[in-house]
Amino acid sequence: MALVNTLLRSRAVAALTSPHGVDRYLELVNPMWAAHDVRGRLIDRTLEVDVPGAPPVATLTIQPTGNWAGHQAGQHVQLGVEIAGTRTTRVFSVSSAASGRGDQFTITLRANPDGIVSSYLAEEAPLGTILHLSQAQGEFTLPEQMPEHVLMISGGSGITPLMSMLRTLQRRTHRGRVTFLHYAQSPEHQIFRDELAQVATSGYGIDLHLVYPETGGRFFTPMELERLVPGFRDVDTFAVGPAGLIEKVQAAYEGSDKLRVEYFKAPAVSNGSTEGDITFTRTGTSAANSGTTLLEQAEAAGLTPAFGCRMGICFSCTATKKEGTVRNVLTGETSSLPDEDIRICVSTPEGDCAVEL
Amino acid sequence: MTVSIERPPVKAATDSELSSTYTLTAEQLDAFGDEMDAIRQRVIADLGDEDAAYIRKVVKYQRGFEVAGRVMFYLPPLWPAAVASLSVSKILDNMEIGHNVMHGQYDWMGDPALNSRMFDWDTMAPAENWKYGHNYMHHTYTNIVGKDRDIGYGILRMDEDQKWRPYYLGNPVYAFLLMVFFEWGVALHDLEADEILAGRRHLWKGENAPIFRRLRKKMGKQILKDYVLFPLLTGPFFLSTLAGNAVANLIRNIWTFNIIFCGHFPAGVATFSIEETENESRGQWYYRQLLGSANITGGKLMHVMSGNLSHQIEHHLFPDIPARRYPEISVEVQEICERYGLQYNKGSLPVQLWSVARKIFRLALPTKAEAATEPQTRSASSAPVRAA
Repeated sequence: MALVNTLLRSRAVAALTSPHGVDRYLELVNPMWAAHDVRGRLIDRTLEVDVPGAPPVATLTIQPTGNWAGHQAGQHVQLGVEIAGTRTTRVFSVSSAASGRGDQFTITLRANPDGIVSSYLAEEAPLGTILHLSQAQGEFTLPEQMPEHVLMISGGSGITPLMSMLRTLQRRTHRGRVTFLHYAQSPEHQIFRDELAQVATSGYGIDLHLVYPETGGRFFTPMELERLVPGFRDVDTFAVGPAGLIEKVQAAYEGSDKLRVEYFKAPAVSNGSTEGDITFTRTGTSAANSGTTLLEQAEAAGLTPAFGCRMGICFSCTATKKEGTVRNVLTGETSSLPDEDIRICVSTPEGDCAVEL
Repeated sequence: MTVSIERPPVKAATDSELSSTYTLTAEQLDAFGDEMDAIRQRVIADLGDEDAAYIRKVVKYQRGFEVAGRVMFYLPPLWPAAVASLSVSKILDNMEIGHNVMHGQYDWMGDPALNSRMFDWDTMAPAENWKYGHNYMHHTYTNIVGKDRDIGYGILRMDEDQKWRPYYLGNPVYAFLLMVFFEWGVALHDLEADEILAGRRHLWKGENAPIFRRLRKKMGKQILKDYVLFPLLTGPFFLSTLAGNAVANLIRNIWTFNIIFCGHFPAGVATFSIEETENESRGQWYYRQLLGSANITGGKLMHVMSGNLSHQIEHHLFPDIPARRYPEISVEVQEICERYGLQYNKGSLPVQLWSVARKIFRLALPTKAEAATEPQTRSASSAPVRAA
């Protein structure tokens, strides 16, 4: 197997399959055969939270191709899935314990009512669906040398990377102390409820605090944290959750280097106006949105992006929009999702917008 | 020479400012442009599963033909079948897949394998070079004499408005050589050979440096694959495989040359001057694309094997819409043309080829000052051709 892989990745095979590459041939025989691309097959789905009226949370088990290099607890993966002919890629945290080469892993996600990908994955994608993956990414991982005491703080579905850490520590029979503080709407909305209940009763050295503000639990305050973990600013802390919670946690730590946080970008909502700032991320330039096309605004800001026809037909000016909403002046279509490719010569930004230029 | 096409699209000039090329009033041109925009929006909104499945199916066939062709070279009696199979593979790869994918027709699928920024094709010209000359120069400045480098490709005289020189006596010979070595011609086209000969460009320095570097790399890969590695792999059949690969490339060259020459060079296709296309409106741009292109009629196989460039008119109106949609769009475009009294140039492959061949020979000689004896072959810049 290793020999076959080495052969498939060889320069000779690359030369023979030029310009398309060997994966473009292998995938036609079996989508799970790949020398360079990483793919996965959806093999199981279980609902973690299924409360009427609330978006469901599901755990997906994925069998990756043999070239999946494994992941460290806390890392995330880019996952692309095809819906109505279009592949859309989103980032999800891996929720299972650290994995090795080619090992199955899980992601746990909440079906975002405004997002097509998460609801499709949580509720519709049939088992067997092929997913397009990246290798695991991210620096938000457990340190090599485990500290004596680790504090984990999460809100809502932010629990997923911390769950991967907790599971990894349990498997490693970590001897130190773990304080696990999690905020959820109510006990019904609690992700990993059964497993956490088991941890609470039998988890050695794990101090579990599940807080439900909706049913009387107290919101996060520095005082409350001090009560649970005296001297918390000197404890290695991992925090993941909605922006509101993370901001409070960051304020509480007063710049302590013991705190490490992680949050993902959410799709921007168009405000329908041109008021806002345009940021050109590669050059670090920014300017007030003038309402004209991004190409013109970039040029006005002194940039010289590549362009061709300047009328939306030649694709020379295609750039990645990192954040914000843009409108295609030819079709009126808007693009609001992060990391979408746009033709800047026919795209006008609405509100704030960041483009990789 | 700087001609810029302004955007957002400006409104057509007033009637008095319009050149006599246009058989429509400014108001009609705007309305015509709006109708084209409406088609575009409707089709784009409708793209989905079927379009994705279609291009994947074509890719699957292409790779199948390719592998079959390469394998059959091990069985000498199957040599003709191997060559045929490999030719079909290369034609599909270059036309229905490569040309169209690199136009960004399938970018909406979000598949890196079918993305205009990532794709490269099984021919000498590197995608990066070709996209600039084709998607930008040719598709933006289609049939503007002096701007569109695809009028004669810098070596042929394909329009009366190109001034005759004794060099052009060789027009038919150059055309024949270009046909035989078409993939090399397309690749070298991006270096702007005419500019090099005129002493305004260096072959591999200055502006040409990145183009030349990419070209050398891609040519190396293509030559290594078709003329060294695959022949070596077939061991004792080295020479027969080598010859087979060369013939497959030749067949592809002849076919693509012929299809492409039928796209803009048949009689009756209009050309435009730089002056009359300055500050062109969107309606005028569509008008130029329509009158500057010609279709080839034929069956489904003809359309697939030509990468739907048999619908050159629709392709030029909507270069980034998946080509499989052109047949359905053409019905509407023809109806619109009829309403506006605009010419819609179409003919069977033999008819269009004959028309192109005649032009190649005719333009080898100086154009008579009075070309009025043959109204259907006049370029629109001298007198517009109105459909009945």
